[in-house]
Amino acid sequence: MSASTLPKSVDGMLELLTSRGYLAERSLATVTYLSLRMGRPLFLEGEAGVGKTEIAKVLSAALGRKLIRLQCYEGLDVASAVYEWSSAAQMIAIRLAEAAGDTDREQLSSDIFAERFLIKRPLLQALEPDVAGAPVLLIDELDRADEAFEAYLLEILSDFQVTIPEFGTIKAPHPPIVIITSNRTREIHDALKRRCLYHWVDYPEAERELAIVKSRVPGISAKLSQQVVSFVQALRDQDFYKSPGVAETIDWATALTELDARSLTPQLVGDTLGALLKYQDDIARMQGDALQKVLKDATSET
Amino acid sequence: MTTIDHLNPPTGQMADNVVGFARALRAAGIPVGPGAVIDALNALQAIEIGNRADVYATLEAIFVKRHEHMLIFAQAFDLFFRAAEDWKHMLDSVPLPDHAKKKPPPASRRVQEALAQPSARDEVPQVQEQELRLSVSDKEILQKKDFAQMSAAEIAEVTHAIANMKLPQAELRTRRYQPDAKGLRLDMRRTLRSSLRTGGEIIDIKKLGRIEKPAPIVALLDISGSMSEYTRLFLHFLHAITDARKRVSVFLFGTRLTNVTRALRARDPDEALASCSSSVEDWAGGTRIATSLHSFNKLWGRRVLGQGAIVLLISDGLEREADAKLAFEMDRLHRSCRRLIWLNPLLRYSAFEAKAQGIKMMLPHVDEFRPVHNLTSMEGLIEALSAPPPPHHMSRIRSAA
Repeated sequence: MSASTLPKSVDGMLELLTSRGYLAERSLATVTYLSLRMGRPLFLEGEAGVGKTEIAKVLSAALGRKLIRLQCYEGLDVASAVYEWSSAAQMIAIRLAEAAGDTDREQLSSDIFAERFLIKRPLLQALEPDVAGAPVLLIDELDRADEAFEAYLLEILSDFQVTIPEFGTIKAPHPPIVIITSNRTREIHDALKRRCLYHWVDYPEAERELAIVKSRVPGISAKLSQQVVSFVQALRDQDFYKSPGVAETIDWATALTELDARSLTPQLVGDTLGALLKYQDDIARMQGDALQKVLKDATSET
Repeated sequence: MTTIDHLNPPTGQMADNVVGFARALRAAGIPVGPGAVIDALNALQAIEIGNRADVYATLEAIFVKRHEHMLIFAQAFDLFFRAAEDWKHMLDSVPLPDHAKKKPPPASRRVQEALAQPSARDEVPQVQEQELRLSVSDKEILQKKDFAQMSAAEIAEVTHAIANMKLPQAELRTRRYQPDAKGLRLDMRRTLRSSLRTGGEIIDIKKLGRIEKPAPIVALLDISGSMSEYTRLFLHFLHAITDARKRVSVFLFGTRLTNVTRALRARDPDEALASCSSSVEDWAGGTRIATSLHSFNKLWGRRVLGQGAIVLLISDGLEREADAKLAFEMDRLHRSCRRLIWLNPLLRYSAFEAKAQGIKMMLPHVDEFRPVHNLTSMEGLIEALSAPPPPHHMSRIRSAA
């Protein structure tokens, strides 16, 4: 693998992420750098929409590695996460062998459990060597998968190998860069966390969020971006069921520029609030006077 | 990539400091294993230490594995590395846990009681007498007796009965499959493997069925003053459930909400209950149901109510500030779970009427309203929990008022 592409220090990592438009906190850059150096999976937890998934995408783009994404869901099993045998192709192979009068059972079994009948799913793909270097493996929203799958991951993450009974053990020549994210809809077992570097990704400070908005929504005016960030930051202080994340801020800023907005007005905010708040109860709370008040605070600063 | 030598971790003053810091964290309640210390030393070597924030981020990534521990870590880090120039000195002055001052472990009351009793040999006739006294009819009386009116000995008997309750599992079908002869889905992989034994001729068709597992249970137990005669027994009950099932979460609330799931996981019921009570600050205080439900909905609802959870709300519903907020929070709770069962000890009175404002507010939002004040009603509850859960109720969208 090309070691030259890996950053040599925390500052190098920070530069690398910034070059791809990911404005990370220094602490996040530190743990990312460490996870590359130590070959440990990086476990990112935090509210939805704070940029946990994004970091894997940015890393793969910046390092020129392949990104392999495993989206977790309840019911995810080995067949859809690791590998599966192509039964139809195997059946054809058996019939062909039969037609050819080939009846050697040993031969048949080693023929039909060959690599060409193996369908590789994300985790197995991540163990394969790649010319560009070991891939970035993103295990997204692990909290959605059930405990049984989590336990299965333990083996893969500590040894980077998979055992297929009919075929043998496949071991990665170079361990992939692993990023695991969780929205904390349930607790992940300590055994898994122990194998990873842990980092809690928080909502960014106003200054950083402003920089993120400016870099992600290029056409936005200085005044509007300032107001958008102040408004969102003020919303996060409110007692909402679901506070808006950075992703929502970017969505909203984009929506406002699409509407050619120059600055926030109560009418405009009321019409586009759905880009920020995703629960009817939360939106209902932000009507009328409550909205006026937050908006007044947010716009008075600019 | 520079490889890191796990067998020969760095030594010297930095190592002393990290080991000392790990010890301090352990004393403060963050589980830090020896493997993490070696990791930390290697990681500190990997970053060029020059900046306090980097050291902080590095050690945090390795020592902290839970969001809740971050605050403790921050405080420990500040205290420990206050004077960076004299780390060695700081290490010497870190207060380590004082074992002499530790409270006696929770099981010791039982041990004391056991030791205080006269030796078993002298008591043999009395023991027999006691067994005779607890005849069938007495047991029946005990079954129906209100928990609030029991003597200590009776409570001990009930506790024992609760611990022995059989908890059949209410099964939920998951989306995962396992080999199952009666299953409906074809298992091609196993079928093909077995067909090889007959030279590729498929004789035996293998099947897959859905894995079934018990529905998660979330219990919200009111520990306010008016419930005080029941709480301990309910905790025993919840401990028995926690022991038998995997997915049970238990929260206690009075004026505020406390998650005691981890505390209840202790094997020994006395230990579990003691650890529960030490984590709660408002035993037998007032009730603020609406506020407690609000914090549950906001902080825990999405985390523990997934996968079709059944909620047991154990409370007498005597809320002083019953207003629209209470109804709103009940409605939200009801909409986020599969079944909401309200267990109310007040239902023991046959003349019970939902007159209290709080109860009136809460009643429209529950699926089931059951009494729970004696062994019989508890057994009834277990039966209800074992019944196959009803299909997910249609989310009824009602106005919060």
